[in-house]
Amino acid sequence: MEKITTFTSRVAPLPIDNIDTDQIIPARFLKTTSKIGLGDQLFCDWRYDANGNPNPDFLLNQPQGKAAQVLLAGDNFGCGSSREHAPWALTQYGFKAVISTSFADIFKGNSLKNALLPIVVPHDVSAKLFATLKAEPAATVTISLADQTVTLPDGSKVEFPIDPFYKDCLLEGVDELGYILKQEPAIAAYEASRPLTVNTLA
Amino acid sequence: MASPHIAARPRTIIEKVWDNHIVSERPGAPALIYIDLHLVHEVTSPQAFAGLRERGLKVRRPDLTIATTDHSIPTHDRNLPIVDTIAAVQIEQLQKNCADFGIPLFGPHSDKQGIVHVIGPEQGFTQPGMTVVCGDSHTATHGAFGALAFGIGTSQVEHVLASGCLLQARSQTYEVRVEGALRPGVGAKDVILNLISRIGIGGGTGCVIEYSGSTIRSLSMEERMTVCNMSIEGGARAGLIAPDETTYEYLAGRPYAPKGAEWDKAVSLWRQLPTDEGAAYDKQIFIDAAALEPMITFGTNPGMGISVTAAVPDPDSLADPLERDSLSKALRYMDLPAGKPLLGHAVNVVFIGSCTNSRISDLRAAAALLKGRKVSPNVRLMVVPGSQIVKRQAQEEGLDRIFKDAGAEWREAGCSMCIAMNGDQLKPGEYSVSTSNRNFEGRQGKGGRTFLASPLTAAATAITGVVTDVRTMMN
Ligand code: SF4
Repeated sequence: MEKITTFTSRVAPLPIDNIDTDQIIPARFLKTTSKIGLGDQLFCDWRYDANGNPNPDFLLNQPQGKAAQVLLAGDNFGCGSSREHAPWALTQYGFKAVISTSFADIFKGNSLKNALLPIVVPHDVSAKLFATLKAEPAATVTISLADQTVTLPDGSKVEFPIDPFYKDCLLEGVDELGYILKQEPAIAAYEASRPLTVNTLA
Repeated sequence: MASPHIAARPRTIIEKVWDNHIVSERPGAPALIYIDLHLVHEVTSPQAFAGLRERGLKVRRPDLTIATTDHSIPTHDRNLPIVDTIAAVQIEQLQKNCADFGIPLFGPHSDKQGIVHVIGPEQGFTQPGMTVVCGDSHTATHGAFGALAFGIGTSQVEHVLASGCLLQARSQTYEVRVEGALRPGVGAKDVILNLISRIGIGGGTGCVIEYSGSTIRSLSMEERMTVCNMSIEGGARAGLIAPDETTYEYLAGRPYAPKGAEWDKAVSLWRQLPTDEGAAYDKQIFIDAAALEPMITFGTNPGMGISVTAAVPDPDSLADPLERDSLSKALRYMDLPAGKPLLGHAVNVVFIGSCTNSRISDLRAAAALLKGRKVSPNVRLMVVPGSQIVKRQAQEEGLDRIFKDAGAEWREAGCSMCIAMNGDQLKPGEYSVSTSNRNFEGRQGKGGRTFLASPLTAAATAITGVVTDVRTMMN
């Protein structure tokens, strides 16, 4: 996996709570057998009208949305379906981080496996950032994973939590499956210690 | 095996199952837990198998893995070709992956094919005390058996295929206690829709729910599955119910359940699973079952639910600006006025199916109401059994005749209009009453509008053509 370093970017604000993964990438695009090409379908039903033309009112069709590598969204982002196609679509579009007041569990886990940072900030910080972006759409934030901070447009720094294990994986580009497979002796010992529960091949 | 210092403290069933599955626990890292059963379907697995091929890895435990085709497979006659070539390729890919990696598959023509969360319990794959995963957020369905069942992403599908294990942080515990007798016309679906309307769709984030109390104990296994199924709609990682005699009765004699002496041994272990007296939960909520009414959703997430007789809430009554905007946006999408009940609202489609409500008891409940009645000429009623086995059972009982005589479509097993990626979908602007679990924008077809409800409410609505309180049609 690609290592994450400190970066500065404009921010795309999507002030809606409970954005579910069916909105991020509608189910009809899940028939694919690859991970590629999902960026064009990100937020498809909000982004395009019935004839497939870009909806000018939608953020990703405006300069602010096109230039941003950071998405700012309302509470409980990524709820619903477990589809990893959601972080695939977001990263292929060009997003490196999503800022919200909370994330759904499975989405957060999926994001951390795809170098997409789920950044949780307090409500007042989120509200302030939405307000700043309304006044100055070109405002930028700087995100440092190593320091676990977001530097807001006014220069103030906010810390964000991240599981230390996933922080290391993202900073070092550690491969999670490789880490698991190194524990083969423990896995084999565990298997030997208990009887078979079910046999699907029977 | 649990170490003595852990056993000394009273534990919830959630902690017991978790402790039983820890392979390793290192400081500063999530625990590595062992997975007893891995369910696979066509949509979330292709990229995981591709990952295995890239690394030259095998599937560690094909004997703990089972695959089916459910999401993108059409529910029309299985002898017809799949016209959607992309879906056809995905299904072929699953067949190839299962053949290459030695995984048993209930494919399109299997007489055991069905929705992944219907076939697991039906075959006896799902058992108490297990850890179960699937690349699907409704995996919590299997929690009805006292299993710890998580939905996972495709990267994790690859991890479990390769290692039999999952890296996972310990969850918080959340007790949902439901006490009292449900009134006529009110069922398991209403219990769970009510819970989600109270805690909100993020209310269970970070938690595993244990459903307890006299109401839960009195539910059948199929009703328990309906409740556990929608745990994710409350944001929970999983939801479960401690096993009891109802559980053992359901499981006994299922094809893949233990037999003979093995069965007795298993039951004696399962009896140790229920939560110890005095065990503490991180969170708790109490629901009075006797006060519940049939529920229906009006908005674009499953937390936007009300009693079927209640009025749609008014965004102006909300103080938080973001919450107000979210509700306004939902009502705009649904094209509904605030402050009025949904009762009497015309619908175009009624969908009875999905992993929430496509089991035999759901079909029986709907058929009982439809018997001798006709579906409104303005409504398309689709009845989609959860599996081929449910389908055959329903036909043996003559339920298919009741549905067809009433004017309903009787289809092949699959996810169907729950997810609208298989040809079954609403047209833009259409309204449905659906027994599935999600009413997100476009979930049942681009521009489609979904009211979630129970099979009884769905059947009543199909007959009248408008959102109906089923209690007005019951004797
Ligand atoms: S029926 Fe619906 S919710 Fe259930 S597994 Fe299929 S698509 Fe998912």
